Amino acid sequence: MLSVSHLLKRFGERTAVADVSFEIQTGQTVGVLGPNGAGKTTTLAMISGLAQPDAGSVTFQGTPVQRNANALKLHVGLVPQDLALYEELSAWANLELFGGLYGLSGRVLAERATDALELVGLSDRRKDRVGSFSGGMKRRLNIAGALLHDPELILLDEPTVGVDPQSRNSIFENLEELKRRGKTLLYTTHYMEEAERLCDRIVIMDHGRVIADDTVAGLRRRLPAGRSAVLQVAGAPLADELLAQLAALPGVGAAFPTTGGVRLDTEDFGAPLMRCLEVLTRHGREVTAVHTGQVRLEEVFIALTGRALRDEPPSGAPS
Amino acid sequence: MSLTAIRALVRNDLRVYRTDRRALLIGILVPILVAAFFGYVFGGSGQAADPGKIPVAVVDEDHSEISRGIAAALAQDPLLAVRQLTRASAVAQVRAGTVQAAAVLPAAFGDQATKALFSNRDRPQVTLLVDPSQPTTARIVQGLFAEYGMQEITKAAFSGASGQAALSEGLDWVNHATPAQVPERTELKAVLEAAQALLARNASAGSAPGSGLQRGLSIPYQMTTREMTSASNIPYNGYAHSFAGMTVQFILFTGIDAGVLLLLARERGVWQRLRTAPVSKAQFLLAKALGTTLIGLFQFLVVYTVACLVFQVRIAGSVAGFAALAVCFCVLNACFGLMLAAIGRSAGATRGIAMMVILLLVMLGGAWVPAFVFPRWLQQASLAAPTRWAVDGLDSVTWRGQGFATAVAPLVVLGAAALVCMAVAIWRFRWDD
Repeated sequence: MLSVSHLLKRFGERTAVADVSFEIQTGQTVGVLGPNGAGKTTTLAMISGLAQPDAGSVTFQGTPVQRNANALKLHVGLVPQDLALYEELSAWANLELFGGLYGLSGRVLAERATDALELVGLSDRRKDRVGSFSGGMKRRLNIAGALLHDPELILLDEPTVGVDPQSRNSIFENLEELKRRGKTLLYTTHYMEEAERLCDRIVIMDHGRVIADDTVAGLRRRLPAGRSAVLQVAGAPLADELLAQLAALPGVGAAFPTTGGVRLDTEDFGAPLMRCLEVLTRHGREVTAVHTGQVRLEEVFIALTGRALRDEPPSGAPS
Repeated sequence: MSLTAIRALVRNDLRVYRTDRRALLIGILVPILVAAFFGYVFGGSGQAADPGKIPVAVVDEDHSEISRGIAAALAQDPLLAVRQLTRASAVAQVRAGTVQAAAVLPAAFGDQATKALFSNRDRPQVTLLVDPSQPTTARIVQGLFAEYGMQEITKAAFSGASGQAALSEGLDWVNHATPAQVPERTELKAVLEAAQALLARNASAGSAPGSGLQRGLSIPYQMTTREMTSASNIPYNGYAHSFAGMTVQFILFTGIDAGVLLLLARERGVWQRLRTAPVSKAQFLLAKALGTTLIGLFQFLVVYTVACLVFQVRIAGSVAGFAALAVCFCVLNACFGLMLAAIGRSAGATRGIAMMVILLLVMLGGAWVPAFVFPRWLQQASLAAPTRWAVDGLDSVTWRGQGFATAVAPLVVLGAAALVCMAVAIWRFRWDD
C-alpha cells in the first residue's frame, strides 16, 4: 500500500532524514520507533504531503504522493502530534470542520462524526467545549478528527504523548478497533511498550536512518540471549566483582546492575538462575524478589543504538 | 467538494468568533460606547440642550460706564459664562485652566477709547489672557469683544457729556494738525462738526433713551445659520460621523485579530490538519476572507442598528450606497487581515505593528475628528488612506443624505485597496511551511 524509498530531508545544514526506506502492506500496523530527533515526524510529514523530500519518493498504492497529492489526501488521515483542535468549540463542531474539509456534509457527515465519537468513547461529550476535556479525551478526539473521511491509511504521530496510563489504554483500544476494521496504521512513538502491544512490524530509526525493520519477534531474536531475569537484592548495590562473577556463570549471557538489584540475560530460567542465587547467598546477599520475562524491545533498542529511547533531545533537533 | 470545504472553514471562523467574548466586546460594545461619547461631545443628535458655556473673565480696572457696559454685554452673551476678577486672579485662573480667557480693561480705557475713535491717537491697550490649549476661545472672545466694545464706545461717543468732550477734543486736534498729519483735514472736520451738531440736537430734543445713536454703532446686518443636512427638517446628528469613524476603526481591529489568529494557527496542529486536507491555498484564502468579511458585516449591522435605534442616526441618502460601502470596506478589512498573516512573522510583533498602522490610518481617515479640521496639506495627504474614503463615504450617505453617485469614488478606492492587499496576501502567504 505504501512504499517509502530513500527519503532525504535537510533543513539548512542539518539533515533531519538521511535515508529512510520501508513498506507497509494493507491492514498492517507499523510502528516507527526512535528517540526524539530521530526523524520520525519529518518522515511522517513527507508521507502525508506536509513536506517535500529533498530526495527519494513516497508512493501510495503505486502512485507517487508528490504527483497527485490532493487525490491521495482523501485516502490518508493524519493524527498530528500537536493537538489539532479548536478548544473553544465543541467536539461536534470540530468534527464538522474536519469532515467538511474533506467534502462531507449533511447526513453523511453527521453519521461519520457520530461513528468517530463512538469509536473514541466521547459520544456523551459531543456538545461540550473541547477546552473542558482532559488531556486523554483531547487525544482521543484528535484521533477521531482523522477518521471522518474513512481513510485507508492512518498516520499517527505520537498519539499518546503526555497522557495518563488510563487514557493511553483507551487510545490503544481505539487503535486496536481500527486495526480490526482493517485500517492500515503507521504509528510513531518513543514508547516501546506501545509498539510491542500494537504493531505487526517495527521500524527503528536513529539519526535520520532506519537501523532495523522487523517484526517484534524478529527484533528480539537479534539479542544473543532471548530471556532476562531481574533479581531484587536487599542492601547496597552489587559490586562490579560480584556482577562479573554472575556474568561468568554457565548459561548466563550478561549481568547488568539495576536499581535495587541485577538483570541477568540468560537462555533459560532453570540452572543458570539457581547458580546465580547460590552465588548471591554465598556472598551474604538476600534476594527479595525474582522477575522473569522475555527480552524487552527497549533492550533491543539499546543494543542497536547504544542509547535509551527516551533520551533528552539535543537542542534544536526535530522530533 | 471545494465549496463544502470553504463553507466548513467559514462556518468554523464564525463559530470561533461567536465563542470569543473578548472579540464581541471589542468589536461591538466598545465602538458603540466610544462613538456615543464622541457623538455627544460633537453635538449629539441635535437635541442636546446645553453645549456648555465658555468660562471667561473680565478684569475691569477702568470702572467707567463703557467698561461696565462691555462687561455686562459679554455677560449677556449665551456663549459665555463671565466672571469679574482682579488681574492677579485672572492670570492665576487662566493658567489653571478654570477660565479659558480674560480681557483686561486698563484704567482710563473708556476715556481713551472714545477719544481714539475720532483721532486714532493713544488707543488704549486691552490685554487678552488666553489658555494656549483653547485657541478657538481666544478668537470667539476677540470677536465678541470687538462687537460689544464698538457698541459701547460709540454709544458713549455720540451721547452725553463724555461724547461732547471727546468730539470737542477731536475737533481741536484736527484744527491744530498739520496737513501732513491729517491730509483729509477738511473732510474730517466736517464729519466731527456734523456729529457735534447731531449730539447737540439730540440733547436738546430729549430723544428717548435707547433710540438712534444712543444705542451705539452695531453690526449693520443680521446673520442666520442654516444647517445643510439631508433635509431641512432633520438637524445635524453628531453621532452619525462618530459611528462611521468608530465602526471603521473597530472592524479594522477585527481584521488584525483575523490575521494574528492565522499566524497563531500555524503554530498549532490544526494547521497540519488543514494542510493534509484536500484544500488548496486559494480555497483557504478565499474561505478566510469570506469569514472575516461576514464577521465585519455582522459588526457593521449591529453597531449601525444601535446607532439608528438609540442615537437616531439615519441613512438619509442612498441605502444601496451604504450597503455597498459596508460590504466593500469589510472585504478590504478581510484582505488586510490576510495580508498581515502573509507578511507577519510572529503573532505578537504583527499585532503591535498592525495596531500602530491602524491607529494612524483611522486618525488620517478622520475617524476620531473630522478631516476638515486638519491642515490643508494633511487633508490632501489623508486621501491616501482608504479609511478616509470609507468615513467620508459613510458620512455622505448617512447624515449628508447624498445619493449612490457620491459612494462610487469611495467604493473604487476601497475596492482597489482590497485588491492590493489580496494580491500581497496571495504572493507572500506561506502555505507550504
